[in-house]
Amino acid sequence: MLTVKYSADFENLDAIRELVGEFARQAGFDEKTVYSIQLATDEACSNVIEHAYKGIPGGEIEISCQTTDEQIAVIVRDHGRVFDFSSAREPNLSPQLSERQIGGLGIYFIRQLMDEVRFESNGEAGNTLTMIKKKAGKV
Amino acid sequence: MEINLKEFKHCVVIEVKGRVDSSNAQLLSQRLEKVGEDGHFKIVLDLAGLEYMSSAGFRALLAAQRVCKRYNRGEVVLASVPTRIHEALELAGFTELFKTFPDTLSAVGNF
Repeated sequence: MLTVKYSADFENLDAIRELVGEFARQAGFDEKTVYSIQLATDEACSNVIEHAYKGIPGGEIEISCQTTDEQIAVIVRDHGRVFDFSSAREPNLSPQLSERQIGGLGIYFIRQLMDEVRFESNGEAGNTLTMIKKKAGKV
Repeated sequence: MEINLKEFKHCVVIEVKGRVDSSNAQLLSQRLEKVGEDGHFKIVLDLAGLEYMSSAGFRALLAAQRVCKRYNRGEVVLASVPTRIHEALELAGFTELFKTFPDTLSAVGNF
């Protein structure tokens, strides 16, 4: 399993996307799925930077990639404040412009784009988000 | 990310190229806000060169659409939307909120 640490800055999203993209490509996923994995990881990291480390300088994000014959797992770890992932409401996907809220889309994307999403909050030790994408035919 | 603006008779065409994420979506927002402040509410977003957009970028588009559609003064439409971006727009339910056109010419013709 490969683990890379990044400082919790939006500027690192590009590098993080490239890392998981490369891993996903090598694991044999098609370009559409590679993009989905990159997008989900981006949304996860953006949430960490925005919420887990809000007001806390010097935070770090650890990205781990693990592939098997059946799937790829992308694990995002932080040491920031507890973030209640489950409390994030489903965004209102109403076709009415006035009813659409601005927020909530990031987590929605993560859940829709990935096959399995597990979130663990370890108090002082931070949060761990595990996102799994199964290979075609292995779902 | 690169943002280029071109004024036409009935609308403005804004070319958005490169990648839009949480690191730069605010710049896109600010540019779109400025366009509104300058009195332009009929906007074509030319996305031919857009390689990537996360929800941060989508939020910027939504905010701009709200401003433009207020008082029925205009709207934001999308042209030349790349396949990956279109898939994400569909996932987000945005294809109901934004008209899409295969190219800039037909998008400009909408106005």
